[in-house]
This record gives sequence, structure tokens and C-alpha cells, in this order.
Amino acid sequence: MYEWDFSVLWTYRWLFLDGIIMTVSLTVAVVLGGLAVGLITAMGMLSGSRILKAVALSFIELFRCTPILVQLIWCYYALPILTGIELSPIAASIIALSCYGGSFYSEIIRGGIVSIETGQREAGLALGMTPTLAMRRIVLPQALRRMVPALMNQSILQFKNTSLVSVLAVPDLVYQGQIAAHDSFRPLETYTAVAVAYLVILLPVTLFVRHRDARFGGAR
Amino acid sequence: MNRPMIEIRGLRKSFGTHEVLRNINFTVDPSGVVALIGPSGSGKSTLLRCINLLVRPDDGAIRVGDAQFTFDHAARPPKARALAAFRARTGMVFQNFNLFGHMSVLENVMEAPIQVRKLPKGAARDLAMTQLAKVGLADRADQMPQTLSGGQKQRVAIARALAMEPEVMLFDEATSALDPELVGEVLATMRALAQAGMTMVIVTHEIAFAREVADRVVFMRDGVVVEDGPARQVIDNPTQEATRSFLSHFHASPA
Repeated sequence: MYEWDFSVLWTYRWLFLDGIIMTVSLTVAVVLGGLAVGLITAMGMLSGSRILKAVALSFIELFRCTPILVQLIWCYYALPILTGIELSPIAASIIALSCYGGSFYSEIIRGGIVSIETGQREAGLALGMTPTLAMRRIVLPQALRRMVPALMNQSILQFKNTSLVSVLAVPDLVYQGQIAAHDSFRPLETYTAVAVAYLVILLPVTLFVRHRDARFGGAR
Repeated sequence: MNRPMIEIRGLRKSFGTHEVLRNINFTVDPSGVVALIGPSGSGKSTLLRCINLLVRPDDGAIRVGDAQFTFDHAARPPKARALAAFRARTGMVFQNFNLFGHMSVLENVMEAPIQVRKLPKGAARDLAMTQLAKVGLADRADQMPQTLSGGQKQRVAIARALAMEPEVMLFDEATSALDPELVGEVLATMRALAQAGMTMVIVTHEIAFAREVADRVVFMRDGVVVEDGPARQVIDNPTQEATRSFLSHFHASPA
């Protein structure tokens, strides 16, 4: 019978804390980056231009239909050779995860915009707004409200997907856990602690989203 | 004879292979009130939407006040900014109100004066309150549109359009989505606007209202103007068989 002993992990508390800080910072970066990529590609999909639409669609499908692990490795090893720009593991991770998440955010944003009836846009145009102004002032604010639950879900996935960056030796929570596991010879305790850390960070967020859905679900 | 406020020449519009407007010629005098009537699918709503270029014509010329656009199906479409500037001169009221759902009544009316006319906030607020008072809804300024009745929503939509101080007002079946008991308050607002000298084009199924308020009635069918004349004459003594047959569906009694 295996004897669990979590007390050894206390030695590694600063290592774990560093990992958590890295994971949370990365999440903030790839949520914001993903939203930016998603917004731009959604606008491309909704634009009148066939070329823009084709570019946006290709981009979205490329990142939706390849595994994020492959994208991470590709961005780190292949992208610098193609572009000639050296990328740090963190930069490569942020690019890959932003593009991957962005391809999913894009569909959420596009769907949200389409769901705001064309009448809202027309009313803006009839008042003398340019299409850009009507989008920014009238359609997007209403679409965003409608999108919040789906965007939150995708952001939760972004958070969990940051766990893959350890393959590029980015010192996130998983990577620090690996170090602690090798050092302590206590992998079971270490990875249990890592899993609990993810859970403890995410649970309040998901409960908040659930609560918000319950409150606003009927009113929409 | 005054120069017309709205002048439309040789207007054509097709959606795919379906020709919705076939060579429309049409003018509205300053302070004139024209009612566009006709069966659904006759092109009257499309014509109205061409006047503020929400629908882009294939061919023809449109002038509102001093601003003119000429369309030619081969030419490049006009720039978004030029279209926006043109639309700012006309106000439009929609069948489904289209109030901005994320803004209060007051914000709905202030939005375009601030964003499009670049008025300072205080001036826009005063202007908006004046327009809301005109439609009798100053006391609802801080409410959200969802809390209003259909008739109130449409009056807010009218105030919102008026806040741009347009030269022309376009009404696209403004009372069709309303419960019958709420139609009157919107028609009263429109009547007051007409009496104040606003140039108006009204697409409507309210034949009695058209007869009473409009000075001209234009009957359209299948994308052409069938009959165009003084309101009472067109409605009481139509010269065309198509007009007679359409009007027989309404038991238009003198209002």
C-alpha cells in the first residue's frame, strides 16, 4: 500500500507559486491575444470582401483543425526559421495559444454579431453613422453581452491549455511540478497538488459563470 | 414652383433576377407629405429605403436637399463616409422601432447627435429632452426601451430621428407592428410633424390616415408607379383599375 505524504511538497512552495504566477499571467496574455485574433478574424468573416473572408476562414480552420500541441511545437521550432525572428518559448507559446483560442473565439464573436438583428445596424446607418461606428457603438456592445457565457467557457479552456507549454520548457505550473516530482521522488503527491491548484483557481470562475447564467439566462 | 426637396429620376433596383423598382420618377415638394401605398412586394419599402440609400440603387439619380447621388450599375459604389453624410440628412422610422437595446431612452436620442453631429454632451442632452418632450415622453427619459409599450417605443424612435434635425422624414410602415389601440398615438405624432412643415414620405397601410394627412398619394404595384396624385383624389376617385382593386380591400371611410 502506497503511503501518501504531502508534507514534502512544502519545500517546493515557492516553485509552485512561481508556476502559478506564470500560468495565470500566460492565461491573461492568451485570453487577450485570443480575443484580439478572434475579433479580427470575425470581422474578416463578416466583411463584404471575398478575399478577406477567405483569408479569415483559412486562418480559423488551420488553427481549429490542428492540435494545439503540434502548433506550440511548430511555432517554437518552425516559425523562427520561416520568419527569421528568434522566438522565446514564452513568445512562441503566446502566439500559438492566441491563434488557437482566437479561432474558437472568432466563431463565438461572429455568431454574437449575427444574432443582433440587422435592424439595429440599419437604425444606426439611418442616423448617419458609418458602418464602423454602428458596429462599435450599436452592434458590438449588445453582441458582447450576449457572448459573455461562451467567451468565458473558451477562456477557461485557454487557461487549461496553458498546461501544454511545459513541452517548450516554459516554467508554468506543470513544468514546476515536473521539477518537484523528479526532485522529491513523489510524483503522485506532486501531480495531485498540481491538479488541485488548477481546480482551486478555476472553480470560483466557473461558479461565477454558472451564477451569472442562472441570473441572466431567463432575461435574454 | 419650388424646387422639390426630394427628386428621384430613373431609379432601378433588382435583387438577383427580380426587378423590384423599374424606372421610378418621383418628387416631393418642401413640406410635402407623400404616402406610398400598394400591395406587399410592390417595391414601396424598397423605394423608401433608396431615398436614404439603405438600399443602394442599381441605376438612377437621387437628390435630397442639396445632396445628390447618381448611380450607374457599372460605376464604383460610393464611399461609406459619403453615404453616412447623406443619410444624416434624412430621418427614418422603422416598422420594428429598432431602438438601441443597451441604451436608455435618453441615450438612444442623444447617441447620433453626439457621435455623428459631434455635439457636446450637454447640448445633445438638451436637444434630446426637447425632442422627447415633443413626442410626450420626457418623463420616460431614464427608462430602458424594453419597459415601454410599442407606441411609446415608436415615438422614441421618431424623437431619435428628429434629434438629427433632418430635412426629410421617412416612415417605413411605422404603425404596422403596433397593437390597434396604440396606433393612434403614433399617427398623432406624425400628424403634428406634418403640420409643423416636415417633408415626409410615408409607407403605410393606414389608408384613412394617408387620405387625411398626406397631400399626395402614390400607388405602386410590381415596381412601377401606377397612380400619383392629390391624396383625396387617388383614394376617393382612383383613375386606374389596379388602384381601385387595391383600395377595395380597405373600407376607407373619411377620417
